[in-house]
Amino acid sequence: MVVASSRRSRITLRVIALGYLALLLAIPVAMVFYRTFEHGFGSAWEAVTTPPAQHAFYLTCLMVVIAVPLNTLFGVGLALALVRGRWRGKTLVSAIVDLPFAVSPVVVGLALILVYGNSGWIGGWFADNGMRIIFSTPGMVLATIFVSLPFVVREVVPVLREIGTDQEEAAHVLGAGPLQTFWRITLPAIRWGVAYGVILTTARSLGEFGAVAVVSGKIEGQTETMTLFVEQRYQAFDLAGAYAAAVVLALLALAVIAGMTLLDRRNET
Amino acid sequence: MSVRADAAALPARPVRGGLACAAGPAVGGALATAYISLIVLIPLAAVVVESTAGGMSAFWSAITGAQAFAAMRFTVVVSLAVVAVNILTGTLIAWVLVRDRFPGKRAINALIDLPFALPTIVAGLVLLALYGPKGPAPFDIGFTRIAVALALAFVTLPFVVRSVQPVLMELDREMEEAAASLGAKPATVFRRIVLPNLVPAIAAGAGLAFARALGEFGSVVLISGNIPFKTEVASVFLFGQIESDNTAGAASVSVVLLVLSFVLLLFVSWISTRGVRRGGG
Repeated sequence: MVVASSRRSRITLRVIALGYLALLLAIPVAMVFYRTFEHGFGSAWEAVTTPPAQHAFYLTCLMVVIAVPLNTLFGVGLALALVRGRWRGKTLVSAIVDLPFAVSPVVVGLALILVYGNSGWIGGWFADNGMRIIFSTPGMVLATIFVSLPFVVREVVPVLREIGTDQEEAAHVLGAGPLQTFWRITLPAIRWGVAYGVILTTARSLGEFGAVAVVSGKIEGQTETMTLFVEQRYQAFDLAGAYAAAVVLALLALAVIAGMTLLDRRNET
Repeated sequence: MSVRADAAALPARPVRGGLACAAGPAVGGALATAYISLIVLIPLAAVVVESTAGGMSAFWSAITGAQAFAAMRFTVVVSLAVVAVNILTGTLIAWVLVRDRFPGKRAINALIDLPFALPTIVAGLVLLALYGPKGPAPFDIGFTRIAVALALAFVTLPFVVRSVQPVLMELDREMEEAAASLGAKPATVFRRIVLPNLVPAIAAGAGLAFARALGEFGSVVLISGNIPFKTEVASVFLFGQIESDNTAGAASVSVVLLVLSFVLLLFVSWISTRGVRRGGG
């Protein structure tokens, strides 16, 4: 009797939880895939291979190729400095490193305009020297770096704490220099944390919309990334184009999730 | 998993013997400070400076202007509602993922991260495709306040789940078994034994979800229709102000958002520090 009722309530809870996930996540995402391919693969392929779509895809890749390596270098360096070092301003930096997660993307865009825009704090100097940052690619890169900045630091800091300093000390005692210790001891120990951080940074760089929208000026075929292209197609009543581009981004997101799941499994074993 | 707010809270290990070359981390620290200043700190400072460019009275009139105030009030109310939903559904989903067993559980568990990986503009489009004017759903919620809530529920889904899940996994089940053997009903066991242990994790996840909802832009911009005084959220209002070159007014509203999310971030790190101290004995 008791077993039967607890079994029934367990199934009720399961149905509610899975139903919520289905209505909010799974069915809507499946719907976009269905809409994209309902007239065949060919028309979807055409929609994402037009020159503006190709350029948008190229720009998105450019954002990833610049932002991810920079944030990875910075992330590993800062994580090492935060966990292993003692320096002035450490408390302040560790408090603000998470800030990009809590700031609205539109505020990020505004902040960058106020500093790097033509009438901004230092944007005027760049403009005098013939460099345009806002409403151009450099500004979009800055916005992408801003929003994806904390991921690597966050993933690497706990791993560094966990592995401790015993092996590094041993290497030091045996005569290894700091660089050698880093390459041979520290980096292999934190590699999965770095990989996880890189995947999250990539996902965020691919998908940023608000911050990039503010600083890009949304010039079609020039400063339009994939996410901006999706919005522009939708506003132009080209639903097929919007859905097809959204599916490309959704497939990339699914690849990111597959990568995270693989890393998790590797961590468990 | 992406919500490791507790990372910074762990006590630092002392560096023994000036290892790893004391100069290395110091130089790294200086470089990192410069990088984070140029990209994050100086621009955010510029927002604060710009907000007071016209004096305090201009700041005040910018944030109490009818449209700005309506947008901020709606944002806070709808975010609170979505967080309340998240507290219930997030805890429930975490419970089902940890305690229940059913085929396909691994795939469902991976699916939880989808809102973090999916670009926000795609999230909005996806909801619009099903529940919007041309969607197959029996109702059309496009350009309503419900639509805004739905979009926010989509993008904030993982926070509470991913915050509660690890705590639930490590929870000692002996107490629950003892309570059950003494005759407590499952609901009583949950309320008196399990829930008190989950409260800090739920609060941390809810705080992060709230901060995210307050600033959300991409998922809302298509589905809400951005009708002033009705479905316009703060970030969409800001976007319009920036496009019409009212940077001072936009900066004032931004400062309100910044202060709110900063307070939430402090709240979350305070909760996590407490949790670690308790857990560590």
